[in-house]
Amino acid sequence: MKDNNSMDNDNDNIELEIDPEIQEESELNSKAAVLTNDLSVYFNKRAGIENINLKIRKNRVTSIIGPSGCGKSTFLRSLNLMHDMTPSARVFGEIFINGENISDYNSVDIRKKVGMVFQKPNPFPTMSIYDNVIAGLKLNGSKKRSDYDEVVEKNLIHSGLWNEVKDRLKTPAMSLSGGQQQRLCIARTIAVDPEIILMDEPTSALDPISAAKIEELIFNFKNDYTIVIVTHNMQQAARVSDMTAFFYLGKLVEFSKTRRMFTNPREKLSEEYITGKFG
Amino acid sequence: MSKDSILKNPKNLKRRKLINSVMISLCVLAGLVTIIPLIYIFFYTTQSGISSLNVDFFTQLPKPVGEEGGGMANAIVGSLILISIGGLIGIPVGVLSGIYISEYSKSFLSSIVKFTTDILSGVPSIIIGIFAYGVIVIPMQRFSALAGGFALGILMIPTVTKITEEMLKLVPMSLREASLALGVSRWKTTLKIVLTTASSGIITGILLAIARAAGETAPLLFTAFGNSFWQTKIDQPMAALPLQIFTYAISPYEDWHRQAWAGAFVLIFLVFVVNLLVRFVTRNKFSGNL
Ligand SMILES: Nc1ncnc2c1ncn2[C@@H]1O[C@H](COP(=O)(O)OP(=O)(O)OP(=O)(O)O)[C@@H](O)[C@H]1O
Ligand SMILES: [Mg+2]
Repeated sequence: MKDNNSMDNDNDNIELEIDPEIQEESELNSKAAVLTNDLSVYFNKRAGIENINLKIRKNRVTSIIGPSGCGKSTFLRSLNLMHDMTPSARVFGEIFINGENISDYNSVDIRKKVGMVFQKPNPFPTMSIYDNVIAGLKLNGSKKRSDYDEVVEKNLIHSGLWNEVKDRLKTPAMSLSGGQQQRLCIARTIAVDPEIILMDEPTSALDPISAAKIEELIFNFKNDYTIVIVTHNMQQAARVSDMTAFFYLGKLVEFSKTRRMFTNPREKLSEEYITGKFG
Repeated sequence: MSKDSILKNPKNLKRRKLINSVMISLCVLAGLVTIIPLIYIFFYTTQSGISSLNVDFFTQLPKPVGEEGGGMANAIVGSLILISIGGLIGIPVGVLSGIYISEYSKSFLSSIVKFTTDILSGVPSIIIGIFAYGVIVIPMQRFSALAGGFALGILMIPTVTKITEEMLKLVPMSLREASLALGVSRWKTTLKIVLTTASSGIITGILLAIARAAGETAPLLFTAFGNSFWQTKIDQPMAALPLQIFTYAISPYEDWHRQAWAGAFVLIFLVFVVNLLVRFVTRNKFSGNL
């Protein structure tokens, strides 16, 4: 991999010094799960995000915060090539996943590695709970039919839903509560065995108890996955993440350890946002 | 004015209640205007048709003028064959163009397809019959079931396309994204997720198209042409229920009129039964999502 992990934004006046803590850790963990190099996304002529340079490390939870419209979703969706679906979107710059430039790969293969959980739970409405879990495997034809039972059980246990649904696996997924649906979506996502999971405000449509369950999952997932989570909930970011990126007006303002971001941010703008002065 | 005064003002309330009941009455009236002709047609056809129905009607060929009895067995079978041919052409073409318009709506070609389908749905069915005459009957130098089925197929295309497009557009974008995010390819997403989710609506649309095609007379006049004898070869002229009804209804014979009523009844009944049947079969235990 190219040694391209300096964090400076060269195009504007926001100067980012290299956080010594980051440097230390990044040496311990030299392989970045995701690395973006001057990543910009334009919608028609307007920039959604501009020149984002970010290094997301393996088996860490990275949260992305910032006011509405600052480009959090746009950034997240560029990592699994979702912008392919938006005709007006143009993506510039480079994205490396495990050190490999994703433009060398088929988008379908990238998405198998980079799963996504959405803001609103979106199980497939025509399918049962069981079929939702194996949907990805079935449609990709990547596992034998005889393995399905095992896959379903394993992933539902892993997503903390098994005990609630084990007696009604064949009932419609839509019969679950919102929080259960979201955990089902997580089970569906991890069933295809991704390395990275992108979550775009995964708990914002849920009640506090369901949200807490999801947070707990995210916490437990750390050993197995690299997680990038967009959230509007500052406490949530502080609770679940190791690193926090603060976006503002399409730019990356600060990328620091979460503890530092919420106690002693380097940028004044971050501090103002975190303390609720704007946003 | 405070909130309370609006709630408590009886004059205002009375006026609103009045407007409310007037609007509801208008809606009910409009509903009745829709239902009454249908009920009337159904009962009148049943009343006039059922008395002329007998086993012979389903098993016998038409008798020459002057002889009593006979049936429309050949026309019933003919209609089924014509509709099958029409469906084989109209359903795949319609569904695929609907998918194309809905899922690839940003391409220039798809806007042309959309525009053309809209125009096609306004073309009178007799013109479509003439078209089929031109492209099939003239080169083959013979009226045929194939030409009739082709005309019915063309007639079905815009309805099926439109309904497919509408139903696919109802499928939330989030489901497509969920599927793509699992590493499922675009075409599999369209086929297995989008189309499946919209399937009950699309099937309803296809039924409507079939029902409409089953009752069409005009496009068959210069294509299938009609036949008083048994014919199941699709390169030959073939009888069809609406054609037979048409011929019998404009004839001066009392006996033929009765048979025409019976035919009309069978036609309506068939459409009705097919509707119920497919609804029952496709009744999805996971429905209620669209
Ligand atoms: N499909 C699109 N077409 C045009 N502009 C878009 C599109 N998606 C996003 N944008 C624009 O890109 C910018 C960033 O949007 P984005 O959705 O990434 O914000 P966000 O940070 O996720 O906001 P929120 O917190 O409200 O979800 C916004 O100005 C938005 O208007
Ligand atoms: Mg967003």
